[in-house]
Amino acid sequence: MAADPIHQFRIVEFFPVAHIGKTEIAFTNSALFMLAAVVIITAFLIIGTAKKGLVPTRLQSAAELSYEFVATTVRSTAGSEGMKFFPFVFTLFMFVLTLNFIGLVPYTFTVTSHIIVTAALAIMVFLTVLLYGLYRHGFHFFNLFVPKGVPIAILPLIVFIEVLSFVSRPISHSVRLFANMLAGHITLQVFAGFIILMGSAMGAIGWIGGILPFGMIVILMALETLVAFLQAYVFAILTCIYLNDAIHPGH
Amino acid sequence: MADGKRGDRDHNNPPDDEAALSARLERLGERIATANRHPEQDDDVRSNAKASAYARGFRMSTELVAGVLVGGGLGWLLDRWLGISPWGLILFLLLGFAAGVLNVMRAAGVVSEQSERLKPK
Repeated sequence: MAADPIHQFRIVEFFPVAHIGKTEIAFTNSALFMLAAVVIITAFLIIGTAKKGLVPTRLQSAAELSYEFVATTVRSTAGSEGMKFFPFVFTLFMFVLTLNFIGLVPYTFTVTSHIIVTAALAIMVFLTVLLYGLYRHGFHFFNLFVPKGVPIAILPLIVFIEVLSFVSRPISHSVRLFANMLAGHITLQVFAGFIILMGSAMGAIGWIGGILPFGMIVILMALETLVAFLQAYVFAILTCIYLNDAIHPGH
Repeated sequence: MADGKRGDRDHNNPPDDEAALSARLERLGERIATANRHPEQDDDVRSNAKASAYARGFRMSTELVAGVLVGGGLGWLLDRWLGISPWGLILFLLLGFAAGVLNVMRAAGVVSEQSERLKPK
């Protein structure tokens, strides 16, 4: 197992839940960790806000901090009007952040390292932007793709490139999160594998030499903690930037 | 600072002077106006500048790849459906590359966002 850094991403089916056609929908370890994240977030916010003390407890100020942080992000990126999407962005941010942090604990499963999960989240954001933009601006929304002051001869080409650029958003949105989590966890596993490899190949000298990769893991772990937070933040802030397209203060 | 200057002038003029009082009122009005304007200005500031350089770096690197992937994917699908291989892939990869470059320039803030076009003039 030490030699196989991909093993940690294996999906394990626990029990079948439902059938869609011939496809079996099973409760997997991925679903288990998502459920755990939801439970943790809910408990954190309910317990954190239960007392409503004027002088906040540690948990309460953490809950308030998470609210303030996301609210500031939404306001500064999508404007005050963007606050109607605050619940959406807050949910996404907390969900991704909690999943990333759970994944840092050894022997756990990192849900966000699977592109199908991040893609589903990104497509949800993309569809929200598209549908709300159409609802809000109607056909005028497609002006998004038409730059001003471009000669009519090359306008179709430019519009097509703009459409491609718009469509590529959910891909960059999902790939960024998934690739970061995947690469980070593989790197950690590979360095951990070095320790085992050196220890079993060279005996005592190998175990002492294993201190080097172990030190590397400690450093990488700090980096991964930063990445776990940063990627959740980037995911949320890009959601806001995309939502800003749909909301846009039309005064 | 302005506060120091104001203190000096207040010291020179007697406080019951009508002109000095109205001048002070004016200054107060200005200061209240600037204090109130601040949060609205914040609305317009794109947070691109605020996100850390590390986060921006990650963003740039995926933007280009995403454009090329979408172009390549579309081209490949068209090739399969219309049987025009390899022309769809060639054309759409190029277009996708252009879209990717556009993405990167948007992320860098060189080109204005698409949403700017929805603003009524």
